Amino acid sequence: MAMTSAVPRGSTPRETNSELQGFREVQRLAYDCAEAVAAQLGPGVTEREAARMQREWLRGRGVRDWFHLPFAWFGDRTAFAGFRVPLQFFPTDRPLEPGMPFILDMAPVHRGFTADIGYSGCLGPNPLHDRLLADLGEHRELVLREVRERRSLREIYEDVDRLMVRQGYANRHRAYPFGVIAHKVGRVRERRWSPHVFGFGTRALRGLASDALHGHREGWSPLWSPYRFSDHPPRPGLWAVEPHLGFRGTGAKFEELLVVTDSRDPEESAFWLDDDLPHVRRRQEERAA
Amino acid sequence: MSEHTGNGSGPEGARERRIRTGGIELCVAELGDASLPTVVLVHGYPDSKEVWSEVAERLSDRFHVVLYDVRGCGRSTAPKPLRGGFTLEKLTDDFLAVADAVSPDAPVHLVGHDWGSVQAWEFATVARTEGRIASFTSISGPSLDHLALWFRKRAARPTPRRMAQLLGQGARSWYVYLLHTPGLPEAAWRGPLGRQWPKMLARAEKLPVSGYPTASLPADAAHGAWLYRDNILARLRRPRTDAYAHVPVQLITPTGDAYLSERLYDDLEQWAPGLVRRNLAAKHWVPRTRPDQVAAWIAEFATAQQEGARPRESAPAKPYARWFAGRLVLVTGAASGIGRATAFAFAEAGARVVAVDRDPEGAARTADMARLIGAPEAWGECTDVSDEQAMEKLAAKVAAEHGVVDVLVNNAGIGVAGSFMDTTAEDWRKTLDVNLWGVIHGCRLFGKQMAERGQGGHIVNTASAAAFQPSRGLPAYSTSKAAVLMLSECLRAELAGQGIGVSAICPGIVNTPITGATHFAGASEEEQRRRRTKAGRAYGRRNYPPEKVAEAVLRAVVRNQAVVPVTPEAHGLRFMSRFAPWAQRALARIEPPL
Repeated sequence: MAMTSAVPRGSTPRETNSELQGFREVQRLAYDCAEAVAAQLGPGVTEREAARMQREWLRGRGVRDWFHLPFAWFGDRTAFAGFRVPLQFFPTDRPLEPGMPFILDMAPVHRGFTADIGYSGCLGPNPLHDRLLADLGEHRELVLREVRERRSLREIYEDVDRLMVRQGYANRHRAYPFGVIAHKVGRVRERRWSPHVFGFGTRALRGLASDALHGHREGWSPLWSPYRFSDHPPRPGLWAVEPHLGFRGTGAKFEELLVVTDSRDPEESAFWLDDDLPHVRRRQEERAA
Repeated sequence: MSEHTGNGSGPEGARERRIRTGGIELCVAELGDASLPTVVLVHGYPDSKEVWSEVAERLSDRFHVVLYDVRGCGRSTAPKPLRGGFTLEKLTDDFLAVADAVSPDAPVHLVGHDWGSVQAWEFATVARTEGRIASFTSISGPSLDHLALWFRKRAARPTPRRMAQLLGQGARSWYVYLLHTPGLPEAAWRGPLGRQWPKMLARAEKLPVSGYPTASLPADAAHGAWLYRDNILARLRRPRTDAYAHVPVQLITPTGDAYLSERLYDDLEQWAPGLVRRNLAAKHWVPRTRPDQVAAWIAEFATAQQEGARPRESAPAKPYARWFAGRLVLVTGAASGIGRATAFAFAEAGARVVAVDRDPEGAARTADMARLIGAPEAWGECTDVSDEQAMEKLAAKVAAEHGVVDVLVNNAGIGVAGSFMDTTAEDWRKTLDVNLWGVIHGCRLFGKQMAERGQGGHIVNTASAAAFQPSRGLPAYSTSKAAVLMLSECLRAELAGQGIGVSAICPGIVNTPITGATHFAGASEEEQRRRRTKAGRAYGRRNYPPEKVAEAVLRAVVRNQAVVPVTPEAHGLRFMSRFAPWAQRALARIEPPL
């Protein structure tokens, strides 16, 4: 029960507008947090400090539970250079230096709604990083287009891979657990006590586990991976999509929620929860310029 | 005394003048517009200013180039008496006199080779030259003070490694001991040694046969012995401990130098903050054997100081920057996979990159990204390597627009699978055209340019682990790659004498888009697609990144390796091919699981 699809079967998105609004608000809150913390980052701030800043900012605004605790990666850790074990994802004492790229990644749960976002930035000008961010925009369009075509998730994953290769980048979301490019999120029941293990909220994990169990019986998976268990059409619900590009020690990603419904109308069948996000605005400005 | 103009080795069109200082007369030659920034080139032992003639000519379009014969050498007069006339203090007086005469208002860019560099270290570290030097490029000549402290540091705490370094340099310095014997060196130089020296240089140091050394050699060498006698012992006994460079320093190290160990410069950053290092695979006399690259590095460094900007990569120096900064690298098949990763790795080291591919968009994209990560210049070229005429056109264009290629990477290749009986004649032709003829064209055209220039270079050919592992599934591909491997070995033998290295890279299973374009002989369209996807996924699961192969390519160039297996399976197969070929034959019989 902990995690249900945001959009129940057979309904149109309009019926759940209030629910989507809830998700949209927490996603905005998370992006506000990312922008506020990014503005405070300066030379010498460590990953641990950046992670703590995100946690405190969100706790101060009523967040009590997490899908996962905030992460922060600086420098070549944005491209997961030399990552072998999952513990390396956790923030370290690496200090930020001028010109270094950074990624803030957080997944707060607020009033029962989950967000999972990734914010890429850079301390000072870095033309290479700008190029990565611009190229990420193509992936955002590709994912939405192919989900609307109801292509198998595994195929979409491979198409994203191919686009990355064409652009000259390495796929770094392969480093995430199960190599996922996305995973399902949903509502979490609010409790007074919300423990977490290894940085992941137990209530949200329970939701993911029960989805995985249902999916296993019905032939789908809440994890969008390159493996056979993802060889099925997009499943209605909310997907946190996180393509992650790496290029020789510089990494960049975005992460935001994609709404998938079972509507026949392509426009309604899949859409990004919110188009007013920093990386989307940035792309629009670039196109206008 | 020699008449240096007219013997073919001196710089053409040099203006000469004589400068009196400290009781002697220095012969100074100038090239180029005197209003341009001044570069002063100081020669070594046993040389005269003509050692610089090739470099000076290449610099004279952008700089006011000044060369002078050090006291006692060439057409400068020798001090009387000789003993005590060659101290570093007096040599500093000479330099200041020249600098004041040729560039009274602006500081000069100083370049020294061998003893010229030893002197120049003194110029660059004493207080009285402050404001007269804009930059210093040191080639094959350490500061005697740094040298003394280097010896002391190693002798004070002699770990095995330090002892080896100490003894290594001690052995390389055999001629220094000889030069301290009285009378003997003079007699040898004025006698048989002076006559044999040009031939010895040509043989041992691979100096191109030209008018160098000049006729003044016996006198230069005999007088120059006093450089050693007046300074070495004095400085080794009482080195200055404040010999910090007050100007930006660039260090060019020939790695094949028979007289100076590379290790001498290990601690140099402590004396010259912001030191820029450049390495050349060459012997001691680089101003004669590698004038293009030496002139390019001098010009780049001087220009950067002139513009007041720090050199590009000075912040965190990339490990291969000292080898490849500013060098011209051409990579075929550079729109994807190993070729693209290799182009990026060279770009990151500061090389100028020509990315060649059939796919114009991919090549342009590679060039684009290469510029973003540190290539000073990068170009994308659309050429099919199997097309002889197109390759000839490319070679002519690259030579005309960018110069002679320093490193050539023949990487373009296609995958072809399927049993021998299924492989059609057309399949064979296509495979050999790209995988073998592409390499042949590249080596023939660009290798020829390299050999004709006579200043070294390197060719890397991408072979494959399939070159030494037979298989029933890849007969055409394996055959083409085995041919590339043997071609590389033969060419390596042929070009070794000209300072051009040839390496064959045998990557193994690497996650590249080659599987997506592989032709499966004898399979229907549908079956082709299925097998490509399957092979792609298998390679994806193996997930060996092409970046590691690129790293191996750069390492192979630096170390001049002949055959380089990259992935563990490639190493394993190479080992088996030597010690257990029967096992390889058994492996070859297994039907591929696609």
